[in-house]
Amino acid sequence: MNILITSLARLLIFPGLVFAVPAAWFFLWVERKAVARMQGRIGPPFMQPFYDFIKLVGKDTPQRTGASGMLMKAWPLIAVSAAAGAVGLLPVLPASGGFQGDLILLLALLEVPSMCIIAAGFSSRSIFGEIGSAREAVLSVSYNVVFLLAIVSIAASQHTFRLDALAQLPASPLRWLGILAILVCLPAKLHLNPFSLPNAEQEIYSGPMTEYAGPELAMWELSHGLEWVAATGLVATLIAPQLTLWWVAALVFVALSFFIVLLLSVVASATARLQIDTTVRFYWQCTIIFAVLAVASALFMRFRA
Amino acid sequence: MCYCRRRSPWLFHMNSGSCNGCDIEIIASLTPRYDAEQLGVRLEGSPRHADILCVTGPVTHNAVEAIKTVYGQVYGPKAVIAIGSCPATTNVFIDSRTLAGPLNLHIPVDVFVPGCPPRPDAIILGVAKAAEILAARGNKPAAVATEPEVVGECTNCTCCEANAKEVQA
Repeated sequence: MNILITSLARLLIFPGLVFAVPAAWFFLWVERKAVARMQGRIGPPFMQPFYDFIKLVGKDTPQRTGASGMLMKAWPLIAVSAAAGAVGLLPVLPASGGFQGDLILLLALLEVPSMCIIAAGFSSRSIFGEIGSAREAVLSVSYNVVFLLAIVSIAASQHTFRLDALAQLPASPLRWLGILAILVCLPAKLHLNPFSLPNAEQEIYSGPMTEYAGPELAMWELSHGLEWVAATGLVATLIAPQLTLWWVAALVFVALSFFIVLLLSVVASATARLQIDTTVRFYWQCTIIFAVLAVASALFMRFRA
Repeated sequence: MCYCRRRSPWLFHMNSGSCNGCDIEIIASLTPRYDAEQLGVRLEGSPRHADILCVTGPVTHNAVEAIKTVYGQVYGPKAVIAIGSCPATTNVFIDSRTLAGPLNLHIPVDVFVPGCPPRPDAIILGVAKAAEILAARGNKPAAVATEPEVVGECTNCTCCEANAKEVQA
């Protein structure tokens, strides 16, 4: 019973929905504001993502019929629920409970929104959507190798797939190597420059989102924001030092996530979009070195232990 | 809801045979000096995402069907801004046999921003006006005839008078 209440509280309150939805809007605002400041503009007001969301919810809903129409309605909802579930799994508070293998569940849930984006682009049957989906698929095959190898190497060095056990690791060179590899993958995961290929505006309009409108688009915006919270939160929990007071842990988590969002936005506004083949080469040839190094040192540490 | 609609106008920019002057000014209104994003303006790539359709150009015969299609692709509540003198009056191209303009013969226009090209601050004022109209109108059908707003200074090109005669004739 106690476990049930704890897990419900994690899923619904902190770091789940009640925290994650405002945090998603906040991070979307931080991203837009940081890009604006880097370009010498003032940028949108603080409540802007909230206004956008409410406005989109109030717009007309497109009439969709048939199986592909139902699928198109379903994809954004699946993406939002998966991203919210991923945020709920993050071990932010000390002794918040977890289970063996929750790291695997978190990685799977983090992957669901990008799967939904691919499927949504193809089921919209728009040429721009299909190009965007194909790019997203190629991109996710590229960065996921590095992303998963980095996380698996951190997990393998500790013989565990429990998130709270990983979050409490002492800082080691291996862990920093892994975190660095994860950070390199985050711009691709969040569709930021220089890897903003799937939703490359000026090129293929909005990619997979081209045919979406109104409340469905609002759900996509929300799922993108929740992905921000989940992905930066994963790095934040890996970086965060071990704390016993729950409110200090929560504050440190929010502050670290904020700085990661800021870092990613500054990188995004300082770079231009790469071509798809350059991106794939970047991940398969350059970044994979990090991941291979991380896995090799993890195995080495296990054999020594 | 009204407040959110007013604070978050997403634009779709459509060229109906414009000389590119007004298009450059629309982009200029998003640049650091004018920074329309402070009003929540976002230039969207897809008409499905947009609230406000910004039309430039004197509406050539080829563009008429495209304008009607794109206007239909914008989900309501929506508003239309005619940017520049061309969509308002067909400007210096008046009486050209390649034109089917002005714009309000084809779709209902809410705000006119005259000028050749209009200044970016006039465009931003036009967007703000259109967002207000959008918020006030809400989901009610656009068929309610409202007097279109005219924003910015008149350049005294006398095209409107000539055009009014044309439309009446």
